[in-house]
Amino acid sequence: MEQQQVELLMGNEAMACGLIEAGCQVVAAYPGTPSTEILQAVADRRATALEPLHIEWSVNEKVAFEVALAASYTGKRSAAIMKQVGLNVAADPFMRSAYLGVKGGFVTIVADDPGPHSSQNEQDTRLFCLQGRVPVFDPASPAEAKELLPLAFELSEKYEMLTVLRPATRICHSRQNVEHKPVQQLNRSANFEKNPNRWGATPAFLPALHRQLNDNLVAFAAEPALQPRLTPGNGTAARTALVASGIVYGHIVDLLAELGLTQNFDLYQVVLPYPLNAAWVEQMRNNYDRVMVVEETYPVIEMQLAHTGAFGKQSGDIVKEGELTPDVVNEALARFLDLAPPPPAPADSRGQRPSLCPGCPHRSAFYSIKKTFPKGIFPSDIGCYTLGLNLKAVDTVHCMGACISQGAGFYQSYVQDAKDSFPTVVVTIGDSTFFHSGIPALINAVIQQARIIVVILDNSIAAMTGGQPVPHMGHKITGEATKAIVIEPLVQASGVEFLECCDPYDNVAFEAALHRADAHIRAPQGGVAVIIARHGCLMERAVAQQQTRYTMAITSACIGCRLCVDAFECPALSMDSSTKMAILDPDRCIGCGACIHVCPVDAITEVIQGEQS
Amino acid sequence: MKQQIIVSGIGGQGVLFLTRVIAQVAVNRGLAVLTSETHGMAQRGGTVLSSIKVGDFSSPLIRTGQADVGLLLWEANLGVHQPLLRTDGALVISSEQLGSGARIAAARLARELGNAVLANLIVLGVAVRDQLLFCTSDECEQAIRQLAPARFVEQNLAAFHLGLNH
Repeated sequence: MEQQQVELLMGNEAMACGLIEAGCQVVAAYPGTPSTEILQAVADRRATALEPLHIEWSVNEKVAFEVALAASYTGKRSAAIMKQVGLNVAADPFMRSAYLGVKGGFVTIVADDPGPHSSQNEQDTRLFCLQGRVPVFDPASPAEAKELLPLAFELSEKYEMLTVLRPATRICHSRQNVEHKPVQQLNRSANFEKNPNRWGATPAFLPALHRQLNDNLVAFAAEPALQPRLTPGNGTAARTALVASGIVYGHIVDLLAELGLTQNFDLYQVVLPYPLNAAWVEQMRNNYDRVMVVEETYPVIEMQLAHTGAFGKQSGDIVKEGELTPDVVNEALARFLDLAPPPPAPADSRGQRPSLCPGCPHRSAFYSIKKTFPKGIFPSDIGCYTLGLNLKAVDTVHCMGACISQGAGFYQSYVQDAKDSFPTVVVTIGDSTFFHSGIPALINAVIQQARIIVVILDNSIAAMTGGQPVPHMGHKITGEATKAIVIEPLVQASGVEFLECCDPYDNVAFEAALHRADAHIRAPQGGVAVIIARHGCLMERAVAQQQTRYTMAITSACIGCRLCVDAFECPALSMDSSTKMAILDPDRCIGCGACIHVCPVDAITEVIQGEQS
Repeated sequence: MKQQIIVSGIGGQGVLFLTRVIAQVAVNRGLAVLTSETHGMAQRGGTVLSSIKVGDFSSPLIRTGQADVGLLLWEANLGVHQPLLRTDGALVISSEQLGSGARIAAARLARELGNAVLANLIVLGVAVRDQLLFCTSDECEQAIRQLAPARFVEQNLAAFHLGLNH
């Protein structure tokens, strides 16, 4: 593939190019916003690699990390990619890897989400790395994220240490003019040198490995290329410094330019927030009386600096929650410098809330679940179907795979009080999440005899993150065929005795299946009941093309009951404020016809268009 | 040359594509450019906002009151995103209602062209017509040809010209 020298690249694409240019040969990931597009871009650009390149969507982040880790043991460069909460899933192998180290350069790219924009928390991977004792790079732009990758690989090899690149959402999903570099050809053959004292280290060997790690961290922090980058001031504000890392460094550079203060201060960009070089920390304490530290999301640099004149999050001077937007930095800088306070920024408003797409099969499933069990308890999970919150058919959302275990926990607690009248617990979990971490929870629910209904929302794709293949699709990221892992036998092998599969578009059949499942969980020999609600995601062109499309209309028979707007919550339906009747937005309606069944007076009608392209 | 632009809409309206077209023009001209975009859950029909900063900038985000131009594909976002604009900032809005800024019934015109999502390039056409952006119509056409899938190029250019000549 021929590439332009300079290309407009999303941060995630830039990092993908960086991986290929650094000669990385094994890349494994699990999708999660904001990290997802990195692996996809590696796949799209794999023809630019000069050596064999294995790319995989692993079944979860722990698996991805371990696959890439072992590749590094053979001497090749490898990478694992995940979002910040994915590192929690991979925490077990990650923490031990710090002690045991690596051979070939190994970079874990962990994308943080200050804000958060699309995550269940805004945890800071830099702090995670401090706890794990793993060096972490914090790029300030898409171009820099790419530039840091070859350096991270080189130093990972030099010290045989795991390294982490931590881009945040504003790096991942920003675009920039980025320069391509020549692709390295490393000519490495897989060569795993056995060393059980290290790769299988028992407790007896761990203190020595720990000591080696601590020594390495000191040397790593002193690497010349990783020292905080100083833009010196002109002495206007002596003994006052600004310290920034990540995208916030970019905010501060632009802000100082706008305020005409660029030359007034010593400004440091920290590219390696952990470990900090002790000599630099000492110098900051000696040379400056006041130091403003701006970083996302936790005060990791500020904590290590432990400067008595610090002005940051730990000192209580800068807000600790949410994104450090240019407005937040501007307000804080004005206080730090005793400037006139800027006019208050408008209250953070997120505007219109997201909804399940028009035609989404999850909407039909949630509508029927809520209708069938108005008093049910509905644990759900991470994915598009989190938006079942809008239909009041989702009560809990925690972390990947938690819904089945939470559902079992609800049952165990309620059944103690009322053996025969426990509430119906209906768990909803997507197909990708089921493979990720739902299976152990299902086995556990079965052996602990939890009487719950598990609905696997099988749209045959990882939809929320943009359509990555799932194990039952039978193809890999590259499109090559592989074995398809069928869900039904997995469920049966887990000991589930009630299993039905049905299209949630057929509400009548789906609701009948829910009633049968409820009878099963309440029968003397009952247990976990599983229903697979199977209908493809309409974001997939092939699915959308095969589906019958209707021209929808709302007739004057509408009585304005709001059921279709409130209980069904399709973005194409809303209430006309003047007529008090439901109206249909022709730009957003996709003609799925799923709402027809919802109207109690048959005022939503359709004319078949036939199959559309 | 420095310009700060916001593009506002809801998921599915082609905010990302419009953002890329404008940024691609900057790259083609050899200018530095930074954008930020909304991905993930908010794309499911929720409010989305892109920013584009052309010229010598380090951050992709735009501070309150600093945007030179706002392109709005969803009028209801005006309340949320107008504060980003300078008081003398220019605004193009896809709307059939009367009100502030340059307004065009882009959604209806796009539907007549065959696809409501083309409203994004109609709005771009209006902004270029009124010389609000750093880019020329020829440059936008080139970027559209570079970025649109081959089978949609002519339709996309038709939408752009509709706005340009409206």
